[in-house]
Amino acid sequence: MTSVSLPKAPGVGFKPQHFDDILSGEQPIAFIEVHAENYMGAGGPPHMMLRRLHEAHALSIHGVGLSIGSMAPLDTGHLSRLKTLCDRYQPESFSEHLAWSSHGEVYLNDLLPLPYTPETLARIIDHVDQVQHTLNREMLLENPSTYIQFADSTIPEAEFLAEIARRTGCGLLLDINNAVVQAVNHGTSARHYLDAFPLARVKEIHLGGHDAQADDTGAPLLIDAHGSPVTDDVWSLYADVIAKTGPLPTLIEWDNDVPAWPVLADEARAAGRILQRAAEKQAA
Amino acid sequence: MFAVQQSEIMRALLDPEAAIPDNITSHTAQRPSKRFAVYRNNVVASLINALRTKFPATERIVGEDFFIAMARIFLMAHPPHSKILHTYGDDFGDFIATFEPAAELPYLANVAHLEAARTRAYHAADAEPLTAAAFEDVAPESIGALRFTLHPSAQIVCACHPIVTIWSMNAGECPLGPVDDTQPEDALVIRPHLDVIVRTLPPGGAAFLHALMRGWRLDEAATHAACDDERFDLTANIAGLIASGAVIAFTFAEDQTS
Repeated sequence: MTSVSLPKAPGVGFKPQHFDDILSGEQPIAFIEVHAENYMGAGGPPHMMLRRLHEAHALSIHGVGLSIGSMAPLDTGHLSRLKTLCDRYQPESFSEHLAWSSHGEVYLNDLLPLPYTPETLARIIDHVDQVQHTLNREMLLENPSTYIQFADSTIPEAEFLAEIARRTGCGLLLDINNAVVQAVNHGTSARHYLDAFPLARVKEIHLGGHDAQADDTGAPLLIDAHGSPVTDDVWSLYADVIAKTGPLPTLIEWDNDVPAWPVLADEARAAGRILQRAAEKQAA
Repeated sequence: MFAVQQSEIMRALLDPEAAIPDNITSHTAQRPSKRFAVYRNNVVASLINALRTKFPATERIVGEDFFIAMARIFLMAHPPHSKILHTYGDDFGDFIATFEPAAELPYLANVAHLEAARTRAYHAADAEPLTAAAFEDVAPESIGALRFTLHPSAQIVCACHPIVTIWSMNAGECPLGPVDDTQPEDALVIRPHLDVIVRTLPPGGAAFLHALMRGWRLDEAATHAACDDERFDLTANIAGLIASGAVIAFTFAEDQTS
């Protein structure tokens, strides 16, 4: 089984408008991440770009459509398309989400939440096993950002993810912005969440921006919008996590209102400085 | 059982009038309708966005407000089944053809068909087109026995309206101007290299290409095309196909098919 082998350095979510910039001269990134479903056509410019980018940088393939959190069986047609894509590019990592987006035939193109119960835990463990077995590679599972909760949820999220990792051997993708969104939205503490998180299983970090709104009662409601810079509280929690774990592959996600390349490159540099400090501390 | 709830949540997400499923709560409110609405908005907005990306000329013709309203009605009735979002809306043109508020724009469905064909061509398999030089050694008397392999991205969009002209004007390819709606145009949509191109097919050209795609010999396809339209010109059609990069291989037919 192929293990995750991303460089412990900054990366960015790839946007086609940055293609020329990324390949022009030295850039502060060591890997790029793409959404698997955008590369499931047979050919054309998407594959031309991905091939050239992967010649210069490590590649993380990040699925958004597998619906691992669905209680229905996984879509084996989609799983086999993922296998074709992984076989074609031999990425340094494949990851997906603790979420669901389809149930039966309809696909809703959003990452939807689920209750954390023994029933859902068992089903997700089966799904992660099936993915890793089919792709013959270790996968990373990402913690979600959610806006609602379920009355019958009984297992804390960090514990739920730890158990999936322990039972399947999968790694985890820790999205620190999601941890903050989650904590604010459910009136808990991101620090407590990260203290409980099985950091030893984390093989990639995601950082991104969020929007602030208010819920039905006027309480703050953060939206995982990926359309703005990483916020100061996320940077600070990130630095704390990296101080504990040592350097980890770290992705800047900016999917909406995508900025010019230099703005995104600066975010990658900021992550790079924190990784550098941790590496120096480790060496000392 | 969460499986049952998943079906309920799914229905509630696509129906703004539906109640929030029972089990859903929050730390501030028991029935967090505004929180649940974030998911409803995400689903609808992301699918509308996928359609706007794929159908920019269709949107330009009807305007943003009309397009979004039409897209919303479409996606409620036809949510995606594939996880590959660039295939979503391949049937949007068929929906538009039956969408009454758009009935006064009879060409709109054809423009949407053309835009969907452009996206399919964009993502189709790659292949290297033959140039005219590849045909230099073909003896004139053997031409009729040729069978062409066409580029995997090649698609034909037939229309009763001048859709290539209308699409070009609304895609910023040429200036807006008066359109003679009595002049129908069939389109060849193809991506010989990295860029998708749209060409107006000459008379009989669509029938000719359809026959070639079915694997017919050139002479059979030409007879078929001439029946379809007596103005069909074989030499001009072959030259046009090669210039568009539509031919990627040819063989000589040994058999006499009918």
